[in-house]
Amino acid sequence: MTFADILAILPQQLVFGITLGTAYGLIAIGYTMVYGVLFMINFAHGDVFMIGAYVGWALLGMLFASHVVPMHPMIVLPLLLVGAMVMTGAIGLLLERLAYRPLYQRGATRLGPLISAVGASIFLQNAVMLIAGAREKVYMTYSVFPRTWRFAVAGINVSVLVIVIASIALLMMLGLHWLVQRTWLGRSIRAVAEDREMAAVMGIDVWRVVALTFCIGSALGGAAGVLIGFYYTQINFYMGYAAGLKAFTAAVLGGIGNVRGAMLGGLILGIVESLAVTFINPAFKDVIAFVVLILVLMFRPGGILGEALPDWKRV
Amino acid sequence: MPLLQIENLMAYYGPIRALNDISLTIEDGEIVCLLGGNASGKSTTMKTILGIVRPASGSVRFGGERIDRLPTQAIVMRGISLVPEARRLFGRMTVRENLALGAYARRHAPAAEADADYDRIFSLFPRVKERLDQYAGTLSGGEQQMVAIGRALMARPRLLLMDEPSMGLAPVFVDQVFDIIRAINQQGTTILVVEQNAAVALSIAHRGYVLRNGRVVHTDTAAALLASDEIRRAYLGDEE
Repeated sequence: MTFADILAILPQQLVFGITLGTAYGLIAIGYTMVYGVLFMINFAHGDVFMIGAYVGWALLGMLFASHVVPMHPMIVLPLLLVGAMVMTGAIGLLLERLAYRPLYQRGATRLGPLISAVGASIFLQNAVMLIAGAREKVYMTYSVFPRTWRFAVAGINVSVLVIVIASIALLMMLGLHWLVQRTWLGRSIRAVAEDREMAAVMGIDVWRVVALTFCIGSALGGAAGVLIGFYYTQINFYMGYAAGLKAFTAAVLGGIGNVRGAMLGGLILGIVESLAVTFINPAFKDVIAFVVLILVLMFRPGGILGEALPDWKRV
Repeated sequence: MPLLQIENLMAYYGPIRALNDISLTIEDGEIVCLLGGNASGKSTTMKTILGIVRPASGSVRFGGERIDRLPTQAIVMRGISLVPEARRLFGRMTVRENLALGAYARRHAPAAEADADYDRIFSLFPRVKERLDQYAGTLSGGEQQMVAIGRALMARPRLLLMDEPSMGLAPVFVDQVFDIIRAINQQGTTILVVEQNAAVALSIAHRGYVLRNGRVVHTDTAAALLASDEIRRAYLGDEE
């Protein structure tokens, strides 16, 4: 590959990388927020993302069949996103209440909830397989975003879909950032993350904050499911595993517990991956991603935006 | 009716008995001081009032109402605030946010009331106003203590619990902090203070309780405790 070739492909791949990266970031936020308040990795989060993709797929099929609304992104996308986020938000609340809280309130150690999370992950995957069937589902992406909806900017061929995905993901991150920094709920989440006992002494209902954190993180994961569904057009019941692992990596890369870190980690991972696919070898995609993670952790063990954690907060 | 009434309180940390039949009362408007050495049960008494430690038996009444089975946040909502040992500010938040969190219990109150609370704290601690947008973790120990007291006052507590307010402070600051505790009390807040520095604490308190091995071994007016030989020997550093 000549230098001119590289220059020609690079911007195109950057666009893909950023799109993928914003979606990873959206999923990573769920891992990082839950870790912030509970110091636990919610391994079922990838499957919540998968359920978001399935809810979006089901709604899309229903809308398409019913002929009630025109298949325009401005109408279809909000409906799908809201539907998926309500459903996954509710699942997040249930997970916290049924799979984790009972363990913590009986004085569980670090390991118990982690195993419970793996169990919840297996449960959710199989539930979806039984309900929706084991075969791959196809998103009718092109009924909403026609193939002709693309344009060229400075020689880069960009589809409207890619722009929409990245913009929605970015808007959601901005919204979350506002919520965490400016609202009472956000302040409570940060207070619980920093010192749970003192948060309670401020009058904060700590378990309510934990539950809402699960709900918000899960809803964002569900939204990412819809976006990724549109992007890859094919979904299956075990897609949460790989995506979850990637997003978890992004969260660690950015500094687990740090919301801005999750966004940054997702972007970096997305870009590195799509560059690796083009310039090295598609088969090495995951290898490159984890090499980046290892390199960052060697020099910054807390992640890029992470801080040196006290011993009791370390994974 | 006393503002706070503790009766026959027993509490355990696992198999270890931390409180052994503690009874004490605090009347509206008082400053009451808990004295005692390490592991005498002073801090545990405070944690039990706040529901952080659950009593095995006995009762805690606040304004006549049983609070010993309520969750911590519900107890705080009823008007008890804490200035914790070692201050425990939210170090990754600004001073402003720390004060705001102190007002969490009153977050639905009119904004004008919150403004009045901020003004009250700035008049007690002018330094705090200069530090509003600084991260709490970057303040000096004395400044952190001011913010911790301010944070507790933002909830407009009827009862203020203070755990070792002089700990880790320069001697100059210790006197200042106790002057402020007295001023807060004169503005109408009842105060329970746990303190190693018995002489300073008794100099501002109305009454005191002396704890040893989780029991109340002595209680009297602050003046009488200051004059008592036994107390002087045990807690005021007078050698035999």
